[in-house]
Amino acid sequence: MPKRHLWIALMLAAGIVPAKAETIQVTIDRLVFSPATVEAKVGDTIEWVNKDVFAHTATVKGSWEVMIPPKKSASLTLKAAGPVDYFCRFHPNMKGRLVVAP
Amino acid sequence: MSIRHTAALAALLLLGTAPFAQAADKPTDPQIAHIAYTAGVIDVEAAKLAIEKSKTKAVVDFANDMVRDHEAVNVQALDLVKKLKVTPQDNATSQGLSKAAAEERAKLAKLDGAAFDKAYVDNEVAYHKQVNGALETLLIPSASNAELKSLLETGLKIFQGHEQHAEHVAGMLK
Repeated sequence: MPKRHLWIALMLAAGIVPAKAETIQVTIDRLVFSPATVEAKVGDTIEWVNKDVFAHTATVKGSWEVMIPPKKSASLTLKAAGPVDYFCRFHPNMKGRLVVAP
Repeated sequence: MSIRHTAALAALLLLGTAPFAQAADKPTDPQIAHIAYTAGVIDVEAAKLAIEKSKTKAVVDFANDMVRDHEAVNVQALDLVKKLKVTPQDNATSQGLSKAAAEERAKLAKLDGAAFDKAYVDNEVAYHKQVNGALETLLIPSASNAELKSLLETGLKIFQGHEQHAEHVAGMLK
């Protein structure tokens, strides 16, 4: 189907590539999530890298929780679109935000 | 006595943080290290009592978090004083803290059940508030070594987190 080839060629020329799922790192250092706000899309994975000697969590009230042991990493694949605020259940003064595009 | 110290002392007196009021004269780094370490040990000891006595999961979980965090901070503190070749020095503030803590533990030991839970968690809120006030107004500003100051700043964030965590548990017990 030459028409379809033309369509793909046009897409490539325009730089439109179907989005691939990515892994986005959030570092925890001295009780700070950094970057504090992450823009991602459904299907992406957030990987929290804990540099502290303290255990932390990434917790969304009434929803999911990821346990992040000291000096370890933990991941979560995003399944739902929308903005979500998370915090550490052990240290609620630690706050982060994910803005998840569909 | 500098203006900062007068202000710090006034703040401490206003907060009613009696044991720290004696530390109005600028504590030295060896004294600060001792105070910070002592403050952590006190919270671990209170937590161990709670783990032993409480039947409430939220309270026991919180107490376990306290043991884990404060022991981790104190390991870092010991590593740092070793590295800096500083010997922590006992002082009136440390002694005042230890004395107040012993009295509090004796009070808690006499309680059981819901009365124990409430007294323990309420004291955790008050204790962390007190230590935060001292860290912010006296210990961090007085620390001259940069690494000690940085460890105290991390300690303050941990303590502030614990204070909020304790407030949350206190809310659950109501």
